[in-house]
Formats: sequence, C-alpha cells, structure tokens
Amino acid sequence: MGLSSVFEITGTALNAQSIHIDTIAKNMANAQVLAGSEQAAYRAKRPVFASILESSMNFDFNKLSMGGVKVDGMSYSDTPIEKQMMRENPFADAQGYVYLSNVNMVEEMAYMMEASRNYQSNIEVMNTSKQLMQRTISLGAA
Amino acid sequence: MNIIDKAFGIHAAALSFRSQRGSVLAANIANSATPDFLARDYDFRTALKKFSGDQVVAMQSTNPMHIKTSASNEFGDLLYRVPTRTTTNGNTVEADVEQAAFSDNALRYQTSLQFLNGSISGLRKAITGKI
Repeated sequence: MGLSSVFEITGTALNAQSIHIDTIAKNMANAQVLAGSEQAAYRAKRPVFASILESSMNFDFNKLSMGGVKVDGMSYSDTPIEKQMMRENPFADAQGYVYLSNVNMVEEMAYMMEASRNYQSNIEVMNTSKQLMQRTISLGAA
Repeated sequence: MNIIDKAFGIHAAALSFRSQRGSVLAANIANSATPDFLARDYDFRTALKKFSGDQVVAMQSTNPMHIKTSASNEFGDLLYRVPTRTTTNGNTVEADVEQAAFSDNALRYQTSLQFLNGSISGLRKAITGKI
C-alpha cells in the first residue's frame, strides 16, 4: 500500500458519492409523484455507506485493509406519508385521496451539498497524489 | 549501508512513510460519510524511532491469535484519531482536519523529493566531474 492505492481508495469514494448524487436526483425528480395508496407512495431513498474491508477473517490491527468505501444498501425515509383530497385525480382511491411522496426538498439540497463537497475533496486528494507520483518519476532528472 | 544509502540519508525512508500515510489519510477522506468509521493515522515519532533503530515499547504476544501490534509494523502502530467533536453517526472523520493533514503530508513528501534531487545531482557532479 502506498501512493498508488490512493487511486483505488478515492476511486471507490468517487463512485459512492456519485451514487449518492444520483439518488438525490431521483428523489427530487420524484418529489411531486402522487400515488393511489400509502404503500405505493414514493419514499425518499438514501444510500448507506460502509468501508470496504479486504477480509475480516485475518484481521490485522496495523493493516488498513484497502480502506475504500462502498454503498452497502439503500435506506428509505420513514417520514409519514401525507394524503390529500383530490377526487379528480385518476390515481385517487375510493375515498378520493392521493398520497404524496415524503421527499423533503430542503433536506435533499443539504445532502447534495454534502455529497458534492465530499466528491470535490476526493478529487483533490487524487490530483495531489498524481502530482506527487509525477515528481517521483522525474526524480533525479537533470 | 553503502555510499548511495548514506547520501540519501533519511529521505528515502521518509518517502515510503509519507506515501503510506498519504493512503491512510485518503482512506479517511474517502470514508468521511461512512457511519461508525474511525479515522486513523500514524504517529511520526514512533515511525522515526523505528527507522533510527530505537527501542519501541511493544506488547508481548504469547499466542499467535493475538492481534499484531507495533512490533510487526514498519512504521509503528496505525492509531485512531481523537476527534475534537462527536457526531450522531459515530464517524470520527473531520474533513477539514484530514484535508489539512493530507496537504501537510504532501508538502513534506515534496520536501523529501527535493532533498533527494539535491543529493542525486551532487552525486552526479562527483561522478562526472563536470558542473
């Protein structure tokens, strides 16, 4: 492990953060989606991050086994689904209610800022390591 | 230790320590949003002691199943960062602290490179006899 593993580590982080941004885009795009039942209503999704461990079987206290990050799954927002009376809507149930999504736009914007800042700092790490490697390659050149 | 090793001094070892530390800090930054991730780092003092052959206090392991500690590692223990504040998701990465540490580490890596470049050009002058 050394400078070259930095690319692997930040690569996994860039991937994870872009999945986060994708999910936010999906949530925001579906914020206005109406559904005919509470079960079918759109719920905001959020990726769950976990660090990548090479192997937990031969755990070595001093070895940072790779150390990247992955998306371990998706969690769904448990904010209660609101219903609205809208008889004219074709999706409306027998009582005339439609069910709104539980996406909170402000929350999504905040998460988007967090994800994009994380992405940027990983890019910065990658750039710096690349420069260091280039300088190491040209070490001793007259 | 041959003459070339003598000319390079500590900086060759410093490069390997700095690149190793760089990847640990990169892993910290990569995991800045991972729940329950604990930020890690090396202690420079221990790494320096290891390099100069000083005695490093290590725990004795009497069983092969014991977790390996400082004795087995070239740069000393990979320690856990003490966070200045707590978070709700148990993550101890403080993005600004890690970024500062990463750029400090990069700068020191470049310093070592600069010293190595100096020694190499000195050696070259000695070999060729030309300026």
